[in-house]
Amino acid sequence: MPIEIENVTYTYMPLTPFERTALRNVSLTIEEGSFTAIAGHTGSGKSTLVQHLNGLLHPTTGRVMVDGADLAAKGKAAKNARCCVGMVFQYPEHQLFEETVAADIAFGPKNMELAEDEIDKRVRDAMEFVDLDYEKYHSVSPFQLSGGQMRRVAIAGVVALKPKYLVLDEPTAGLDPQGRERLLKKIVQLHKKEKVTIVFVSHNMDDIARVADQVVFMNQGEMILKDIPQRAFFEEEKLQAAGLSAPQLVKLLKGLRANGLDVETAAFTVEKGVENILAALRRKRNAD
Amino acid sequence: MEFIQVEDMSHVYYPGQENEHAALKHINLRIKQGEFIAVLGTNGSGKSTLAKHFNALLLPTSGHCYIDGLDTLNTEELWQIRQQVGMVFQNPDNQIIAAVVEDDVAFGPENLGVPPKEIRQRVTESLQAVRMERYRKFAPHLLSGGQKQRIAIAGALAMHTKCLVFDEPTAMLDPIGRTEVLATVKRLHEEAGITIVYITHFMEEAAAADRVLVMDHGEIVEDDTPAKIFIKVDEMKRRGLDVPLAAEVAWRLRRNGIHLPQDILTNEDLVVALCR
Amino acid sequence: MLTDITIGQYFPGASLLHRLDPRTKIILLFLFIIDIFVFDTPLSYGLLSLFTVSLIYFSQVPMRMMIKSIKPLWWILLFTFLINLCSVSGEAFAHIWIFALTWEGLRQAVFICLRLILLILLSSLLTFTTSPLALTDALENLMGPFKRLGMPAHELAMMMTIALRFVPTLIEETDKIMKAQKSRGSDFSSGSLLHRVKSLIPILVPLFISAFRRADELAMAMEARCYRGGVGRTQMKALRITTIDYVAYGASLLFACTLVGLKVIGI
Repeated sequence: MPIEIENVTYTYMPLTPFERTALRNVSLTIEEGSFTAIAGHTGSGKSTLVQHLNGLLHPTTGRVMVDGADLAAKGKAAKNARCCVGMVFQYPEHQLFEETVAADIAFGPKNMELAEDEIDKRVRDAMEFVDLDYEKYHSVSPFQLSGGQMRRVAIAGVVALKPKYLVLDEPTAGLDPQGRERLLKKIVQLHKKEKVTIVFVSHNMDDIARVADQVVFMNQGEMILKDIPQRAFFEEEKLQAAGLSAPQLVKLLKGLRANGLDVETAAFTVEKGVENILAALRRKRNAD
Repeated sequence: MEFIQVEDMSHVYYPGQENEHAALKHINLRIKQGEFIAVLGTNGSGKSTLAKHFNALLLPTSGHCYIDGLDTLNTEELWQIRQQVGMVFQNPDNQIIAAVVEDDVAFGPENLGVPPKEIRQRVTESLQAVRMERYRKFAPHLLSGGQKQRIAIAGALAMHTKCLVFDEPTAMLDPIGRTEVLATVKRLHEEAGITIVYITHFMEEAAAADRVLVMDHGEIVEDDTPAKIFIKVDEMKRRGLDVPLAAEVAWRLRRNGIHLPQDILTNEDLVVALCR
Repeated sequence: MLTDITIGQYFPGASLLHRLDPRTKIILLFLFIIDIFVFDTPLSYGLLSLFTVSLIYFSQVPMRMMIKSIKPLWWILLFTFLINLCSVSGEAFAHIWIFALTWEGLRQAVFICLRLILLILLSSLLTFTTSPLALTDALENLMGPFKRLGMPAHELAMMMTIALRFVPTLIEETDKIMKAQKSRGSDFSSGSLLHRVKSLIPILVPLFISAFRRADELAMAMEARCYRGGVGRTQMKALRITTIDYVAYGASLLFACTLVGLKVIGI
């Protein structure tokens, strides 16, 4: 069953001079097994939106349903529903606190009151998933690790909860190109192999283009577009309104097209882009 | 002597201890007044350590670093050095000291003992230079990331700094903020002739520089123009780095037998080359 | 939510109160606090309340903000009210269980609560109309005479400036860490006291680490901008006493004298 966001409006600090409506009448369905990317610049409401997905914020009006349960309701159904949505915040390494890597990853599973051996198994699996050798790192303090490793520990801490839905808010921010690439691959793997439904918040359009099968643009608290990438990145006006720009590759191909090279512009990987350009060049040569 | 001259400089963290770590190994480097240099390298390659030597926040454990002819090891000249080289760090929140924009910009000149009337003038000029004069009375925590970084730049300009060192200034910003900061940097370089040292993980930003340094394990392994650096796609990827998208596409096209010029860095370059 | 706290927030503006020298505001606040405690007749309370309300009006700070600043202290006010209501002996007007409610008690309860409310309102007015930096400058300046006795006035003021600057940042950070740990199944609001105290560890540890990291980075940023303590430092906004300050002093003295006068004739 999907996550359903129904006519959600959210207002920060209502009835004060700082009152601000962060979300305006947003409706969105996140299908099970999908990979949804949410894009928008700072203050567009994307972070506020995703915090509704596991009940950290409750709508001022409207409702959020996860697997048929209203998150704002009291009782066990809502609590279980909240638990099946994992959340990786921006700079998640800032939430580490335990003395060892293993203990920090076990924090979530322990709160779920799982059995000891199940917790242990989950910690091992999660560490393996993020490429941290269990024997080498399980008893190391997370604060002795490099920034990239700390981030992986933090993500392992959420993966160990085995969420059915996983929300990641700017997971690659601040990483170097190699770290960014590696993490992105892991997220794709989680989606493909473990069948986890992913909600991916980012302003890196090239990353979004490569991984997402549904794209949502946010602007000033409103959802201005929801579509498949093949169409979303060609909505010039909406991209501009949201303060976003198309992926570099799409821009390049469009530039070529505008200058007379008859190239197919829907390409989201470098390989595909190069292929399209070569095909266009061949056509041009044959025509000459 | 050049504006920045680094001679056989090394920096070792925790020397003699168990966790001893050589962050910089025998670096030699000359930077001319008015140059725009980008520094690339993976996390832990020593980029930040190098940058912090340029205004004596860190001192060489061996070798020398001269700024405008002044040795950073000479503690008496410390304030003169720091006045000439301003720093802008990654996290915009952790470098703004005051609770109002103009007070923050005034912080540097106040420390230098500039008379109040002149401080006001400098604050106005600096805020104009980064196009932030409208936000003079704002509280910094209400500004966007890009605006905060521009305030940090204004803070350095108000000290009449000749050189700005940026340590991943756009890492925490959204695309709008990134464009804002890079445009400001370019303008200051072109119009005011300020020397720029710009550390970044974004290859497109590095392509805007006159010269690119690539660091790996505490050493400068490449030092050349962006065009010459970004043509070595394989090598850059092996070092855990990347190249601008247009450079990679051009490289792949060349391997498929398409003849293209050697200096393609931006989409525009590639469009011109392919659609002549 | 945590981000709802308004105490100590500066409300930018250009009202008469905003333009007063911060030192004047601090000194006058002290004078009014003394007034509030010395003059305890209904008439002087009426005058003081009227005076406070008109100050709020002049400050252009919305009344809603002022009321919000009292809100966190609501329970203390209620408690004080009830204690006074029940514990003063005199002519009783009602009996509840073992407590006798007296007219004298009611009178005292109302006055003490009014005193507290006026205190909170006036001090909030100071922080609402004075930027934190101006406030610390003023404190540094007022503490100046004690510098000779070895008091680190500049350092104290700088520490306060930074602390105030980082209040919103750290509140935001706490909010974020709490949400992150909640997402990992942490529960802060149920269970035994011990359990609740223990559940704070996952928040406090990251918060301290982050505060230290911020402190480290900030220290570096300050050094990079040539900060080396108060010696040889100038200030862009040198504090200056202007005509409105004299007027404010005059008016306040006149007001205090009126209260003294009323007390002497015994109204």
